[in-house]
Amino acid sequence: MTAIQVVAVVLVGLAGTAVVLTRDIVRQALLTSLFGFALTALFLVLQAPDVALSEIVVGTIGFPLVLAVAIARSRG
Amino acid sequence: MRALRLGLFLAGAAGLAGLLAWAFVDLPAFGEGRSVYASVVDRVALPERKAPNAVTTVVFDVRGLDTLLEEAILFAAAAGVAMLLRDAHEGETAARRDAVRSDAVRALGMLLAPFALVLGLYTIAHGHLTPGGGFQGGVVVAAAVVLVYVAGRGDAFDRIAPTSAWDAVEGAGVGAFVVVGLCGLTAGGQYLENVFPLGVRGALAAAGTIPVLSWSAGIAVAAAFVLLFREFLDQLRDEES
Repeated sequence: MTAIQVVAVVLVGLAGTAVVLTRDIVRQALLTSLFGFALTALFLVLQAPDVALSEIVVGTIGFPLVLAVAIARSRG
Repeated sequence: MRALRLGLFLAGAAGLAGLLAWAFVDLPAFGEGRSVYASVVDRVALPERKAPNAVTTVVFDVRGLDTLLEEAILFAAAAGVAMLLRDAHEGETAARRDAVRSDAVRALGMLLAPFALVLGLYTIAHGHLTPGGGFQGGVVVAAAVVLVYVAGRGDAFDRIAPTSAWDAVEGAGVGAFVVVGLCGLTAGGQYLENVFPLGVRGALAAAGTIPVLSWSAGIAVAAAFVLLFREFLDQLRDEES
């Protein structure tokens, strides 16, 4: 494992833990986006650009967007 | 009660930890070990299918049937969301909320949308050559459409994302995938067998059915995501009317 791979794995771990430990759901949705970005970086350094391309759109933009809309809607 | 819940959790966590440890013991070391499957793909992708990108070869050729079923899942998801959320009184809905206060966001969003669209189409077209393919390119195309909404142009978003048109596009994409699969049968082979001319390696029109399936998947995925985003963003309209 190279240094950059270790950094990417640690980032994913930190971001994932942060998502779980956050109590406010708006912040949680934003952190989910950050978690998706960390995963994208991990896939990229593990030489899986195909998966990274999907993850950056779905995990960083799509899923948090749907979450944000659902939260906004449920709060009126 | 709390002690019971904690006990249940600890028992479950211990079981999961045991299973994970058992699974990890037999894994090859990080970055080492080569599965039989990887060798097969290496032998098939470039020499037999003329497709430099082995990942797309796996997705649309070696396990094309899995990909067809994945598309069916996405199709069902988009249809389900439309059934639950789509307003029966389309056309008489209230104006969209426009919460964009920054001119920079408006300008940048509209500026980036066409670039994102071209990037998405490029990613679909070059799926068999470079990283990318139908799914990745399709979601980037859908992101380009959503960028118009993010730029505060709800009116333009309504014009480029009419549900009636994207419904048809979604059906056409999934349908094209099924038809290309049937071509394998009519040629006397198996369903989704790569029966189209393979061409020269590295060419845009090469690798037989792979780019054709990549395009149909790209169209279906783009439409599914546009419809999903559309239905969700329609929930943010004002409720006055």
